[in-house]
Amino acid sequence: MESIQKEQVQQALDQFLNKEVYVHLETTNGAYASHFDKNAYNVGAFIRNAPIQYSQAKIVGEHSFRVGLKAQHGWVYAEGLTDFEIDDQNRLLMAGHDVEGRLMVALEISETPFGQ
Amino acid sequence: MEQHVVVILPHPDDEAFGASGTIIKFREEGTPVTYLCGTLGQMGRNMGSPFFANRETLPQIRKKELVDACKVLDVNLEMLGYHDKTLEFEDLGEVAEHLKSYLDNIKPSHVITFYPGHAVHPDHDAMGAAAIEAVKRMDEESRPEVWAKAITHDRYEKLGRPEITINVEDYFDRKLEAIEAHRSQAEGMLNQFRKSPELRELNAEGTKHLLNEEFYKWTFDK
Repeated sequence: MESIQKEQVQQALDQFLNKEVYVHLETTNGAYASHFDKNAYNVGAFIRNAPIQYSQAKIVGEHSFRVGLKAQHGWVYAEGLTDFEIDDQNRLLMAGHDVEGRLMVALEISETPFGQ
Repeated sequence: MEQHVVVILPHPDDEAFGASGTIIKFREEGTPVTYLCGTLGQMGRNMGSPFFANRETLPQIRKKELVDACKVLDVNLEMLGYHDKTLEFEDLGEVAEHLKSYLDNIKPSHVITFYPGHAVHPDHDAMGAAAIEAVKRMDEESRPEVWAKAITHDRYEKLGRPEITINVEDYFDRKLEAIEAHRSQAEGMLNQFRKSPELRELNAEGTKHLLNEEFYKWTFDK
């Protein structure tokens, strides 16, 4: 993964326009958050291989980015994205990491389902 | 009953952090050890700095690390194929039967797992509960002894002192080697451990926490 290049990500988002795609969306502060700090709450959400079609996609922000997908029946968005990669299967992987390289949020788009 | 230890934990690295000294001790005494590892730790957060993993490559990386750690520990490895962070949503009875199929075959003398309700991570609690349910479903005469690992801060207060404490000083180098085999996790976990305000007191005592591995002996209701 490398730091987000806005234009490249926008291009990648656009190539999936109006296609049936599979989305992985995740956010977490880790299962140990409240174990290591009693003032913290464990929070997280995860959906893998949700099929959607979107008619509009946008990446917004500087340093840390927001991505929103306007889908047939609603919206998908993620905030706090910092890094991206287009992998060898042409999947767009985006993630937000903290300073220690821990994943905080991920949004991934693929034309084929992601593996288990 | 032949001595054979079955370790049942959900994540690659749980064995290294939690029980590797004990595992090495059993192995040095010539006791076979089998690790039933629940998941591939697909949902791990540490991607390295600089990155060496992303969400999609992490499972294969952690699988390799698990295999490497099991080589260090000289244990037989079985991967159960569950998805990280979903174990508590599986049917407990089904997971228990899955585990029991291994136990019926191996006929172990000991099972090492997490103490349900005192294991912090939802997967830990769920795997521990399923392991205990699996043993409970065995005939009383053939049941292995269950050693349950509790890691909550208030475990001594709630559960009393554990019956079993294994000092692993003699095997500490190899324990660290097993932890380090889980490269993607070791650094992040140790950092988090060092910085935790909840663990500051423990940290002051340095590695003492890692030098003694503690387990509660599980008692089954008659």
